[in-house]
Amino acid sequence: MSVIGNTALGFSEEQAMLLDVAREFCKNKSPIASVRAQLETESGFDPAIWNEMVALGWAGIALPESCGGSGMGVATVVPVVEAMGRAMLGTPLVSTTLAAQLLVRAGGEGRMEAVLSGIAAGTTATVALLENADWGDTRIACTAGADGVLQGTKKFVTDAAAARLFVVVVEHQGAPALAIVKAEQLAAGAIVANTLIDQTKRSASVDFSGVAVAEDELVTGSGVASALRDVRLLGALLTAAEATGSAASCLDTIVDYLKTRKQFGKLIGSYQALKHPTVDILTAMDSARSFIYHAATLVGDGPLDRDAEIACRMAKAHATETLLYAGDRAVQFHGGMGFTYECDAQLYIRRAQWSQQQYGDAQHHRKRLANLLLD
Amino acid sequence: MSVSEQELKDFRAQVSAWMQDNQPADPGFLLPQTFMEVGDERQLEFLREWQHKVWSAGYLGMAWPKQYGGGGVERVFQAIADQEMRRHAVPICFNVIGLGWAGPLIIDIGTEQEKARYLKGILSAEDIWCQGFSEPDHGSDLGNAQTRAVRDGDEYVINGQKIWTTMGNFAKYMILLARTNPDTARKYDGLSYFLSPMHVPGIETRPIRKITGEYGFTETFFTDARIPADCLMGEEGQGWKIAMQTLQYERGAEAGAAGGLMMVRVTIDDLIDQVRDVVRDGEPVLQDPVIRDQLVKLIMEEKALALGDKRAHIAPLTTDYPHSLPLSHKLRGTEMSRRMRQFAINLQGAAGGLYVGDAGARQGGFWQRAYFNSFSATIGGGTSQVQANIVAEHILGLPK
Repeated sequence: MSVIGNTALGFSEEQAMLLDVAREFCKNKSPIASVRAQLETESGFDPAIWNEMVALGWAGIALPESCGGSGMGVATVVPVVEAMGRAMLGTPLVSTTLAAQLLVRAGGEGRMEAVLSGIAAGTTATVALLENADWGDTRIACTAGADGVLQGTKKFVTDAAAARLFVVVVEHQGAPALAIVKAEQLAAGAIVANTLIDQTKRSASVDFSGVAVAEDELVTGSGVASALRDVRLLGALLTAAEATGSAASCLDTIVDYLKTRKQFGKLIGSYQALKHPTVDILTAMDSARSFIYHAATLVGDGPLDRDAEIACRMAKAHATETLLYAGDRAVQFHGGMGFTYECDAQLYIRRAQWSQQQYGDAQHHRKRLANLLLD
Repeated sequence: MSVSEQELKDFRAQVSAWMQDNQPADPGFLLPQTFMEVGDERQLEFLREWQHKVWSAGYLGMAWPKQYGGGGVERVFQAIADQEMRRHAVPICFNVIGLGWAGPLIIDIGTEQEKARYLKGILSAEDIWCQGFSEPDHGSDLGNAQTRAVRDGDEYVINGQKIWTTMGNFAKYMILLARTNPDTARKYDGLSYFLSPMHVPGIETRPIRKITGEYGFTETFFTDARIPADCLMGEEGQGWKIAMQTLQYERGAEAGAAGGLMMVRVTIDDLIDQVRDVVRDGEPVLQDPVIRDQLVKLIMEEKALALGDKRAHIAPLTTDYPHSLPLSHKLRGTEMSRRMRQFAINLQGAAGGLYVGDAGARQGGFWQRAYFNSFSATIGGGTSQVQANIVAEHILGLPK
């Protein structure tokens, strides 16, 4: 048995159609000027565009039909997110998708039908997962007491300011559980926004102390632990998909400049010192795309198996390193212009730093891949 | 004509049994991993005998026409035979320039006479073929080849020099690219293509000693060498076009090869297997976190290539740069292979410094030799640097 293992790669007509539509949509809705217009807003996205995405059914494509979704799985979210990444479009789609997946996979589909239907209909949601900066730390200090009252603060909660719904990972009676908290239940000042390196993204610390959740707003049971593990992997995959799209448009930005900028009487794209690293970005981006659609092929609605885990981790480990390299070279190749805020290279180099840490950096995933592949 | 699943299954079992029964014993000397490593007579005779045996058993040239020594059956049978050869790790079918490039070319565009004269000898390994494309001053810039062919009655007179002629000293025939007209506006239009004999007065070969210390290539000198005029393939001036078609077979972009195991692929699995018993800092090297990280990177690179080969066939996933995957494949695959082989030596501790011939060298110095030989792929068929230029210019549209 080869260590290379499963190399399945499929792409359905639905995925192809979504990729096509999403690319066109994101291109039209999110020219760079619109991306820049959102850099300093509170939510980081245009609600009108989000509403259109909801109307297209994208908030629910991965959700079961019983919850108002399309039942097409996370595999169909991947092309949409890749298209978003390409246009650097800010939306709460990834946060919302992961929150919904966490609930569904934890076994909340039946009980949470109303909540999930709300998400499919456009209620923004997010997962409150981390309590410190260590993606490898799976301990849970936030608690939901026997009385249903929460204690603790979550860190790095994505799209917290825009979320109407929080899926809070808590410890309840000695086991992991998910508490569903509505934004209006939070105390004033509970959300403290981060200042992020990637200005197209939003996250915050959220203090849930004192919030009381009813019994039917607490998902418990053996499914929670495995759902948490799966959602960390799906988070890695969707981050990788977005980074792959961003790397592709970063490459376009570099290529455009190399074809127009002249120095010493020659187009700078004719110099091999710039040409060859640009080819390296292309081939790395090619691999990233292969990895994300391979992973999309393997993640079904059930618990992720070993092959799917390997695929998600490889996708993340490769895609965000690709964007790091592309963003880094984009700045360098633009010369003095690259050093300015005005140059679009800054958007990509900033996105790269964000993507790399989100859901674990490349080293985090390679360390786990080594255990999966070499032991 | 459809072939039943059962028929294929039975065939696979039959080939497998044959390979099992006929797998040659270790000859006591290192066998070439590729056709570019045939350095001496005993390697040559060993491989010639093996290929002849595979062909006689009916497992080579299976899809080539029956009247020229082929099997006349569907390609799928050859594909199965090739898989079984790889699985049983039998020696290579080494007459690659005949089997993989010249043969398919002759089948596709050759005359009846050419087919009758050449194809069977390619399969039986009676006639070894070599290629005369590169010249000392025109390696990557093939279109500028300057070896001259001048028509004189019913002969062409050849003058010039070729280099990197694989098995030039063993070959009976050469696919030769030579200039019949030095005055054309476009350099390409002056080139012609010959199926040239090697054993004529005026053609001399001089073996080139490689970095491995072994032989495998020659320089080939033409001094007023006279070859029959009917060695010209196609018309004068069509040389470039035919050479490009030859490269399509070489790069696997066009089917038609006779099959057979053409090279031993060295994979990351081989690397991992060979270091299982290596110790570093008193612990198994595979437990070393730094080494593990490096290995995972290499595994990912190899996997990405395999996935890329699949994605290349999914049109909606290749809309950005439709030809980028196939066109960058050689660059990526050969560079990865080179780095992987170097890393394998790196993992051997002090034994990494031993070479072929030392009793303590791991696997007889396999990895040291394989690393050196990997440069034949990063340089031959267009250097990685030229490949990167091609990808930059043809795929990304960057200026020359």
